[in-house]
Amino acid sequence: MMRKIIYISIFVLLLKPNLVMAGSTGSEELKNSTSQNSTNECFEGFSRAMFKLNHGLDTAIFEPVAKGYRALPSPIRKGTGNIVDNLRSLLTFSNNILQGDFRNAGNTAGRFLINSTVGIVGIWDPASALGLKEKGKEDFGQTMGAWGTGSGCYFVLPILGPTTVRDSVGLVGNFFLDPVYHVTHNSEIHNGLVGNSNYSEHNYFFYRGTSSVDFRAKNIESWASLEKNSIDLYVSLKSLYLQNRSQQIANSTSAVETQNDSNWEEIDTN
Amino acid sequence: MKKIFFIIIFLIFELTQNSFAYSSDPKQFIQEIIDETKKILVKSNSTEFKTKKLSEIALKTVDIKGVAYYTLGNYRKELSDKQMEEYLDLFEKYFLKTFTSRLTDYSEPKIDVISAEVLSPKYTIVKSLLLGTDKKPEVNIEWRVYTKNPDKPLIRDLIIEGLSLARAEKEQFSSVIEANNGEVTKLFITLKEFIAK
Repeated sequence: MMRKIIYISIFVLLLKPNLVMAGSTGSEELKNSTSQNSTNECFEGFSRAMFKLNHGLDTAIFEPVAKGYRALPSPIRKGTGNIVDNLRSLLTFSNNILQGDFRNAGNTAGRFLINSTVGIVGIWDPASALGLKEKGKEDFGQTMGAWGTGSGCYFVLPILGPTTVRDSVGLVGNFFLDPVYHVTHNSEIHNGLVGNSNYSEHNYFFYRGTSSVDFRAKNIESWASLEKNSIDLYVSLKSLYLQNRSQQIANSTSAVETQNDSNWEEIDTN
Repeated sequence: MKKIFFIIIFLIFELTQNSFAYSSDPKQFIQEIIDETKKILVKSNSTEFKTKKLSEIALKTVDIKGVAYYTLGNYRKELSDKQMEEYLDLFEKYFLKTFTSRLTDYSEPKIDVISAEVLSPKYTIVKSLLLGTDKKPEVNIEWRVYTKNPDKPLIRDLIIEGLSLARAEKEQFSSVIEANNGEVTKLFITLKEFIAK
């Protein structure tokens, strides 16, 4: 119990500097902020070491696996990508609800129902053809951001990669909010709650692993280009990660909406 | 006879000018750059040829000086004129190297220009879509076009899937300077090393 309190206190302290105070509307506040500018490092030395480790693992394991996956016939890759996206939409749905975003919750639920049935467990995506084209992805880190929680400081986790204090809390929250985890989680079976004896946690981690491989395979060239053209790859990744999270929390696809333009405005060259 | 001679000279001049001038309409301007780039990025062209031609396009269409100021942030105010001159020279080389390297990896890209949004008299964002292939997903690309001189728009930033490349560069530059106790000249060394790679 005491340990739990200590952990919670540490997280609260780390989050404190960036907490957006009550009264603001969360995502709107972030939409006009430059949160990536104010995100400090928690422990840069440790993070750079973890980044190096992850980079090594990527070169030795993840990239070759992604390249192998990429060599599979296109329909297999596309079907696999669709299945994991379909399962992932359940976590999105939980977070749509928590954010009070019922329009997108309806869209996510509709997509899941159509693709799981007509699309045969999500292999195909007939929902898009029926007009439900929006494929938003939400997680608990984004939900906390939408509620107004600041990002806290930035660090890199082994294997899992870049994160912030808020997003790492979100990672834990995702387990509780992801129906796929509950269905595949053994301990729930003993309690007679959800769970399914046909599955185990391994199935859950296999699904998450497949999702990561699919993502890595789609970004082989982008990552190679980033590696080749960065003077400090660690900082490049940090910048892109934080920019991306700001976008996701604001549900925006335009950098202009989430970044401060004043730095550009003051530069005149003609 | 003299009149005809002048008309011919005028026509030749106009035609030559038009073949090098880009549209003043930001959307059309980007479309023209994309069309020109597509012709260069055909598989049959060598990397050296692509690099040379892309550099020529960048020098004409990108506000490299503006991007250089932006990426240096407030540190630019600490530089002497001579240091600034050195920085601008290094930045141009650095920029052309990364710009051409990023693009030469693409072969015959299919990009649709979708729309343009005027942000202010100085900026217009042109939205485009790099179409997906069997192996790569489609990518939204936004071009921040500097329109202070409405007759000569210039590109200042590429925003890929909402991620600003100029901002990522700015943060890298800041990190190098901060890691060296605020010494901007250390950035020059890093840039020289990168260019020489």
